Amino acid sequence: MIEEQEKSAIIRLFHVYRHYGSKNALIDITLDVFKNEFLFISGHSGAGKTTLLKLMYLGESVSDGQIIIDGMNLSRISRNRIPYLRRNFGIVFQDYKLIPTKTVFENVALVLEAAGVKRRQIQKKVRSVLRTVGMEQRQKSLPPSLSGGEQQRVAVARAVVGDPKIILADEPTGSLDSDAADFIFDLLKRFHTRGATVVIATHDRELIKKAGDRVVHLTSGRLETPSNI
Amino acid sequence: MSLFIKKAIHDIRQNRFLNAVTVITIALSVLIVSAFMLFLINTTEIMNSWKNGIRIMAYLKQGTPAADIPGLKKKILTMYGTQEVLFISKSEALNLLKDQMQRQASLIDNLKENPLPDAFEIRMIPASQNWEKVEALAADIESLPQVVEVEYGQQWLGRFTNILNLFKLASYALGALFFLAAVFFVANTIRLVLYSRREEIEIMRLVGATNRFIKIPFYIEGIIQGGLGGMVGLAVLFVFFMLASSKVGQDFSAGYFTIRFLPPDILIFVIIGSMFIGWLGCYLSLKQFLKV
Repeated sequence: MIEEQEKSAIIRLFHVYRHYGSKNALIDITLDVFKNEFLFISGHSGAGKTTLLKLMYLGESVSDGQIIIDGMNLSRISRNRIPYLRRNFGIVFQDYKLIPTKTVFENVALVLEAAGVKRRQIQKKVRSVLRTVGMEQRQKSLPPSLSGGEQQRVAVARAVVGDPKIILADEPTGSLDSDAADFIFDLLKRFHTRGATVVIATHDRELIKKAGDRVVHLTSGRLETPSNI
Repeated sequence: MSLFIKKAIHDIRQNRFLNAVTVITIALSVLIVSAFMLFLINTTEIMNSWKNGIRIMAYLKQGTPAADIPGLKKKILTMYGTQEVLFISKSEALNLLKDQMQRQASLIDNLKENPLPDAFEIRMIPASQNWEKVEALAADIESLPQVVEVEYGQQWLGRFTNILNLFKLASYALGALFFLAAVFFVANTIRLVLYSRREEIEIMRLVGATNRFIKIPFYIEGIIQGGLGGMVGLAVLFVFFMLASSKVGQDFSAGYFTIRFLPPDILIFVIIGSMFIGWLGCYLSLKQFLKV
């Protein structure tokens, strides 16, 4: 599968460590994620999957080692450039992280507003994405009035509305029933086919088997040899 | 910009209680500080109207030769703070007294001899009408050998001026104190707002919002809160002023002066000042909050 993809890596991790005090969350991680790849990071709870994703979008900083995202070395990036780096990512969180006081439309539009996109374009783009994820009819609803599956669809819409190069999804189906999980997975696949690199952190073995893409496995903060399933 | 203003208004609506607390805090501070300003402006005006009436009367010894008068007048005119020196001869003084006594003027007619002394009426330059200077000039005049007594009446005015100056100092200090208190309260309420919205701010940062994008609506919010607080404070002060001035105006001013509300330039200054307080409170809170 890798042979079919472009060989250039969009995410590169070199001997990355992350520790909290004396506790090591990630130990000596070296990993390349290629352009337009669909990669799973698997592992049990507490294995370091979420931490690994956080290091990629600078939610946290590495304790040691280097991360390069699309040619940008994260250890050399200044604080005020971080927002611009993050615009390369669409992030889907397990707990959705939607703003409860903003409507579905406003939550999705936030990404484009932050990027300074013109209002007319925002309207067009957000409607189109909401249509794709099947949430156009609920655009005026507030997140607390939506089901878990619907909220995750909105979160996916928010992640993809800015046409990011990379989609990072942290347990995107973790708290969903199987139908809703399938729908979210299909959505992520659809955006992958449109050209995005997708990295999913999950412990859902069924999902990984179904996908048949490259999987890297984390055990107690260490990366096991990358393999194809 | 309109997006930021919309966001700020939306945020104010969503956090009505906290915003109301901030506006009331600013309004109270503005009310207290402007009440002091109002009092000072009016008392200063009253003092000025009284001060304009300050004149020093220098009574001359009986039998001072008329030839000495021009020299004396010249001497007083050269003294610091003197604007005008009028000689009032004893006969002129008697005529003035007669005019003032009207019906009782016949009493004066019965006098065999004019008991009044010759005198100088000295008016001072308005700029030098502070009490120490009045006293210094009076002392200088009194030291002249031909002068038997100096009278500058209204001595209470001196004490009152001193009290007023003390009051002015106290109000500057109080003004500064209330300014700091208002900034502190705004900063704290904004901190509470920020804390209640920390998740939202975190999400905004995660989706690529710059600090500027996050901060601007808060600044606008602070400026709106400050402006509203300023206007509310001034409006309350105006209501109190209207209630009080009708009573005080009738009883007290008696046409010598009129009690006035704060002039437009001060009103604008107060509103801009309260907007600044709102902004500064936000600035301090955001600076600390977004550092984390």
